[in-house]
Amino acid sequence: MAMSFNKTGDHEWELNVCGYTCPHPQMYTKKALQKIESGDVLSLKFDNPSSGESILAMCEAEGSDLIDRQDAGGSFVWKIRKA
Amino acid sequence: MNVASTSIATEAHWLLRKSSMQAMGVFLFVVLGSLWALAQDTRFVYLLVYVWFGLAYGALLQYGRFCMASAVRDLFAVKVPRMAVGVMIAVALYAVVAAIVSLAGFSTFHPNAMGWHIVIGAAIFGFGIVFTGGCASGSLYKTGEGNMNSMLVILAISFSQAIVVSASGWWDALVPRSWLDAAAVQAQNMPAELTITKGWFDIFTAGYIWGLKGTTMAEILGMAETARGIILANTLLTAILPVVLILVALYVIYYRKGYLRRSGKANPSLRDELAGMWAMCTSSRNTALAGIGLGILAGLHMYVTGALREHYDIFNFGELLVAMGYTNGLSIQDTVFDPGYWYITTQEAQWGGWIMQKLGINSMDSIFFGLDNGLPNPLLNAPGFMSIGIILGAAIMALFRREFKWKLPSWETAFFAIVGGTLMGLGARLAMGCNIGAFFATVTNGDPSGWIFLIGMTIGAYIGVKVFTWWMDWSTARKASECGL
Repeated sequence: MAMSFNKTGDHEWELNVCGYTCPHPQMYTKKALQKIESGDVLSLKFDNPSSGESILAMCEAEGSDLIDRQDAGGSFVWKIRKA
Repeated sequence: MNVASTSIATEAHWLLRKSSMQAMGVFLFVVLGSLWALAQDTRFVYLLVYVWFGLAYGALLQYGRFCMASAVRDLFAVKVPRMAVGVMIAVALYAVVAAIVSLAGFSTFHPNAMGWHIVIGAAIFGFGIVFTGGCASGSLYKTGEGNMNSMLVILAISFSQAIVVSASGWWDALVPRSWLDAAAVQAQNMPAELTITKGWFDIFTAGYIWGLKGTTMAEILGMAETARGIILANTLLTAILPVVLILVALYVIYYRKGYLRRSGKANPSLRDELAGMWAMCTSSRNTALAGIGLGILAGLHMYVTGALREHYDIFNFGELLVAMGYTNGLSIQDTVFDPGYWYITTQEAQWGGWIMQKLGINSMDSIFFGLDNGLPNPLLNAPGFMSIGIILGAAIMALFRREFKWKLPSWETAFFAIVGGTLMGLGARLAMGCNIGAFFATVTNGDPSGWIFLIGMTIGAYIGVKVFTWWMDWSTARKASECGL
């Protein structure tokens, strides 16, 4: 298990923080959103449910959009478009 | 922020899903276990009250992702006030219900001793929670989600506390001489087997803590045990007013700017500001609902235990255990730890102490176990069953919501869990409780010492976030070619 952050296409990025508990997922997400450009899409993979609430609140505060979410079996794949 | 609709496969009715069946299996296990206990002796209903309140706490904690570590940590780490708001809602509700319980004469609350130990212990505790990823009860509910890292945190909290309160060695000489002298005076009136002047925590307890006074705001203002004192001093002044002030501060510092930008209000009126406050409080529906539920349940828990104590004419579960024929592991006062309300860390210390005792390491010569809390068999540890109830309640909720997943720790997260959990255990014992027993249960019952705990915990969490951020930046820079951040 290791965190990974990769560019997967034009304006598309993937951050995988599966296996990490709080506060790693939300802090790595914040760091990743700081790194990408406005309008880029971050595909975020995590499996710590409580981080989701903080990430949602962070997106709300920044004005970023959660454009898709797949939640099942304790794993989450969210796509966030940076404001 | 726009949120896309959740895409969850709906291949079967939710009740028929495998995870829902497993959830019902866990629930059935608790029901059958409860019936078995009642069949042994109906007086086990006292212990079962802890189990079932624990189950409800666990379900609500998981539902609202309710973790007080997040309340202070996420403010500094990601500038998110969600959980701090949730905790304040829970404090307000608990305080109102606690007032009703006190007015009815069923309160089981005892104020904590006020002193510098609270702020220091709370700061160590607050530093630790940043690294473990959860507070004391947060670690329990995350264990219920299948997170074995959180299980490691619980083990670390258990054994670190048990060692802290009972170990003796060269470090005993580090305590102030005045404490040792005061402890020696106290020892004259105590059984010799407690060895009060040996072991730094015993010296700290007898020589320092016993000289302090714990009190409620009603007592301070000369309105003790009156309805006015309970309502005005304990509830409004000690709980509701600070909650309102903290909510306003959270709104101004963390929420207002974003809210006004999103709502397009350049010159907001008071009405707009109040609407903003309301938006902040309801921005996470799950957290707000959990806060309301936990606040009410925590108050009801005191009422039910208080009523049972009156019914059985007891002050402590130890008396009931003796009456039922269970005398092993009681303190020399024939008592066991039995707070009568939501509490976490002391029963976890008892788990660690009980195992140490079984391994031949005598822990009953300490004040903490030998005089106050005892070391009962975990199968007879009523608050211990509350903690187990929290794990099972969270597991049931996580299974129903398809969020249960076994997660094994890595070397990195295990290191954080053990070091952070050990610091949490040390801090909790110094402060005489964790974020539940020393904060949540105190400020809601008129004891202002809980706000001192919150200040200490916030300071510790702030420093913890700084250290954690430094470590994260260093770690990602070192692995830049692999992780790209």
